[in-house]
Amino acid sequence: MKTPTIIPDFVNRRSFIELDARARAQSLFDEGAWKELVGPFDSIESPWLAKQGVAPQSDDGCIVIKGKIGGSPAVAIAFEGAFQGGSVGEVSGAKMTAALDLATRDSEAGKPTAAVLLLETGGVRLQEANLGLAAVAEIISAAFALRQHAPVITIVAGTVGCFGGMSLVAGLSSYTIMTREARLGLNGPEVIEQESGIDEFDSSDRALIWAINGGEQRVGMGLADSLVEDDAGKIAAAVRDCVRQGVPEKHRTEQVELYRARIAALDTSRQIDPAILRQQWASTTRGVR
Amino acid sequence: MEKIEFNYPEAKRLITKRAHVGVVGSGDMEVLLEPNREEGSRVFITTSVNGFGDAWKAVFDRFFSKFDGAVRIYINDAGATPGSVLLRLEQAVEVIEQ
Repeated sequence: MKTPTIIPDFVNRRSFIELDARARAQSLFDEGAWKELVGPFDSIESPWLAKQGVAPQSDDGCIVIKGKIGGSPAVAIAFEGAFQGGSVGEVSGAKMTAALDLATRDSEAGKPTAAVLLLETGGVRLQEANLGLAAVAEIISAAFALRQHAPVITIVAGTVGCFGGMSLVAGLSSYTIMTREARLGLNGPEVIEQESGIDEFDSSDRALIWAINGGEQRVGMGLADSLVEDDAGKIAAAVRDCVRQGVPEKHRTEQVELYRARIAALDTSRQIDPAILRQQWASTTRGVR
Repeated sequence: MEKIEFNYPEAKRLITKRAHVGVVGSGDMEVLLEPNREEGSRVFITTSVNGFGDAWKAVFDRFFSKFDGAVRIYINDAGATPGSVLLRLEQAVEVIEQ
């Protein structure tokens, strides 16, 4: 007796989360149509980490790749979550800002160049404090300048997630793609617990954290645009779609009145649970973007 | 943090490719391997874990007992075990010998 073996799709898929930042960025581009800029052999490392007894990385945890996505010019900037929590330092921040500025310059010269940001980061690198904060400010103005000419697409795939200053960058991007495993939020769960106590937010309660910061909830609330499976092929296809759509009519951060009204309409006399928030906000999100 | 250097003057075979593997994440390290313009091989290690010079020496003695290419090897290490170090080195060699 022979029973047919059914291999579910998720066994055969190529996981995106399991790739390192460099392989993630490479997987988005058209076959053979890309090159890395300021790569590891250029050895531009953080000058600050060694002084504090921390081993640096030859690309400072920031990978910049220029090429074509779906035939259109694009640049991908990926943070390596495994190195110092994907944190933004002087060098990695400067690499991201410069890449965004060059994309803006190309776009202004008549060659619209989309940017794809792969954010696995806890935000500013504490060892480089003020320089990291300055870098986040520069990245935000660079992304803001570019999004008027070409789409800025953020991918938060997991498992680090995207928090701190870089969550602001995700917030102002034209499109945000998430997986169910990813998390997105301004303050990380551990920071909230540390500052406000375990009654406020229990950072060991994974179900609670994913119900609030998780990809499914963020997309459900309309704070991110598409929920994609952890599959390199599907994520690359989602990015191609965003590049094709171009600059959205109105960015999320231009909808100030809409979000003010939504917050004002919330009933804060009772604890709001994630499902209710999703119900209330989802219906008004459609077609807004 | 500690910086360690080794020389292996006997490794003289000409190498033309270069390789970069690994991430400086906890328990892991990155290796940059490139052709050396001078004769012999040189190793430069930056590690965040102090006091393991002898272990590094033993790993590289073993590595260069099999590998004879003239290369410069740069390592940034965040506490990789000797076993993972050797695996990362072999992975880098696989890239340049492809």
